[in-house]
Amino acid sequence: MRRANPRTIVVWSLVALVGATGWSVLALARDEEVSAAWMVAAALGSYAIAYRFYARFVAYRVLKVDRTRATPAERLDNGIDFHPTDRRVLLGHHFAAIAGAGPLVGPVLAAQMGYLPGTIWIIAGVIFAGAVQDMVVLFFSTRRDGKSLGQMAREEIGPFGGAAALLAAFAIMIILLGVLALVIVNALAESPWGTFSIAMTVPIALLMGFYLRVLRPGRVTEVSLIGIALLLLALVAGRWVAESSLADTFTLAPSTLVIWLVAYGFIASILPVWMLLAPRDYLSTFMKIGTILLLALGVVLTLPTLKMDPVTDFASRGDGPVFAGSLFPFVFITIACGALSGFHALISSGTTPKMIQKETQVRMVGYGSMLMESAVAIMALVAASIIDPGLFFAMNAPAGVVGDTVQEASKAVANFGYSISPADLARAAEQVEEESLLSRTGGAPTLAIGVSEIFSKVTGDSMRAFWYHFAIMFEALFILTALDAGTRVGRFMLQDMLGNVHKPFRNVSWKPGLILTSAAVTGLWGYFLWVGVHEPLGGINQLFPIFGIANQLLAAVALAVCTTLLVKSGRLKWAWITAVPLAWDATVTLTASWQKVFSSDPRVGFFQQRSDYQDAIEAGMVLPPAKTMDDMHTVVTNSTVDGVISAVLALLIVVVILDAGRVCLRHIRDPHASRLSEAPYVESRLTAPDGLFATREEKQRASEQEPAARP
Amino acid sequence: MTAPLLRALRRLRWYVREFTDESAYERYVAHLRKEHPHTAVPDRRAFERMRTERRESDPRQGFRCC
Repeated sequence: MRRANPRTIVVWSLVALVGATGWSVLALARDEEVSAAWMVAAALGSYAIAYRFYARFVAYRVLKVDRTRATPAERLDNGIDFHPTDRRVLLGHHFAAIAGAGPLVGPVLAAQMGYLPGTIWIIAGVIFAGAVQDMVVLFFSTRRDGKSLGQMAREEIGPFGGAAALLAAFAIMIILLGVLALVIVNALAESPWGTFSIAMTVPIALLMGFYLRVLRPGRVTEVSLIGIALLLLALVAGRWVAESSLADTFTLAPSTLVIWLVAYGFIASILPVWMLLAPRDYLSTFMKIGTILLLALGVVLTLPTLKMDPVTDFASRGDGPVFAGSLFPFVFITIACGALSGFHALISSGTTPKMIQKETQVRMVGYGSMLMESAVAIMALVAASIIDPGLFFAMNAPAGVVGDTVQEASKAVANFGYSISPADLARAAEQVEEESLLSRTGGAPTLAIGVSEIFSKVTGDSMRAFWYHFAIMFEALFILTALDAGTRVGRFMLQDMLGNVHKPFRNVSWKPGLILTSAAVTGLWGYFLWVGVHEPLGGINQLFPIFGIANQLLAAVALAVCTTLLVKSGRLKWAWITAVPLAWDATVTLTASWQKVFSSDPRVGFFQQRSDYQDAIEAGMVLPPAKTMDDMHTVVTNSTVDGVISAVLALLIVVVILDAGRVCLRHIRDPHASRLSEAPYVESRLTAPDGLFATREEKQRASEQEPAARP
Repeated sequence: MTAPLLRALRRLRWYVREFTDESAYERYVAHLRKEHPHTAVPDRRAFERMRTERRESDPRQGFRCC
């Protein structure tokens, strides 16, 4: 047996001790103030151990990553999309591609159950499910020349399961875009400062696009610096606009914003990529990396105290105002990105496998990036948990429950079992120069309050309003980019599907088809956005669970594909590394879908809700929070649609899992009947380190082979 | 004192150029010269156009997540 050296043992014992101390303090603290430092300690200690031991085990023992096998980047190098990329650069690319608004929104909403359930799920979920999924998908896609998840499902499971997976991915994309757009509307409504600065990102992006296309092609860094300077100027100018006579022009009602957003989504998605999408992408990536670094620094420097309870009463009672349902299963679907996100499988099986230098690097790029995203989710949870719980619930409960005035809101919060005075509510809004903070659902405004709290501890209170709008702008920026990019991807899927019926649709540059499919995709997510904004029961309250279920169902597809591949490639003994997360994920999501469809609690079950409101309509009564008979009819229509969607999504996934199970069983019975479509082995001629830091042997090998290696 | 500082700055510049893909053109030219020495090398403008057109035709390229 190999002996570990004593220094390694000491170092890893210390790391374990730091993590264990963090967990103990979080778990044992009762009725006393706990510092966010313990949350950070628990997270970082656990990540380090998971990366060193579990990820290593999965990569070397289960996947058997092969240093000598050439990756698609080396074999198919075309200098454009296939090319061996330095592992540190690829880590940055991959992280920037997977981390968006998701890890910032989910944990904030889940804080209604207290900070402890969220923390446990984010950390345990990423270690055993999320990061494993990302790494295994990346590995298998790399072995298949960068094939997409849909293609792998079709080839390895079968046409039936493949089609169900594709349809699920399309539905999920639509719901995702609708919910993200809803987050933006809730953050920007009645806020001239926010609306002005976000509106300015369009001309800034157009200017950058023109610069890159005409003036100086390819000079991305300089144009991004110009763009960021203009962006900060727009942010400062937002305050002047809000205080000037122009304020009314930029004070928009939610339904007006819906129209603007849908129009933007449609026009942006049919414009050429260079005009709006590419420059926006540069802007939002720079802002994203910059803000995440600032937030990490802020949390570590200020080490704020957590004010939320570790576990609130809503966790067991299931009557929380932010989203209904009890801790199991709803915390696990509310926090998707950061713990386990099906969407990552689309990134891990597309761009990244075409650029990875060595199979051994899947651990650093796949598992490592996901740990980083999880850390972002932990910071979002910290930001939501350090604000006054009374303010948290006043901001996140539906408008129908909170009421229109600070007095009503204060009473509503008291009904939840928390307290905040009307004066404090008014002061919180004043501090960030907003008209009102009541029922600003969706997570983004709450996160922005948390961020402004942390940052203003460093920079002083005078900057609080600036930081609030900075955080809103940064989230809105990449959600708008996601609307554009997501509409394009949805359109691409739709063109592909319609191409089976009418050939010309396949041709992606066929203009009528392009416009038609773009309009269909924007129309679909626009419908959910419209419904969300006009939902008497609260759009986020009703739609966010469907979004969570959808995202976790996509993860179930990815994990089912991974498990099938593990079995088919002769790794049956180790198939549990994705089969156990799959079983957990399927249990959580199918339970949640079941409750959403069949629960007899009208707050949770869509059809119970529908029949309660239908009965009331027949009796001529108006049930609060609905205010009019029209509201009552809206509730009936919406809950029918929501219930049907939940049921259909669950069915699609059951089909995929059953089909995958069939293929696995067939392989176990008769291994020779199944076919594995793996690219054949070619010996690699590249040398590159496996991990973040090159070991002594790796450095030596590199200098022997390429004396003039860069950098 | 300045040598390590210069080296750090050079590395930072390298990282930023790689991360933003600003170095894509030089990489492509190097690739062409090495693998296909007889094909004509496009100028930077034409190359950047080709790159955005590729993205146009398959929007999954460079897609970012929620």
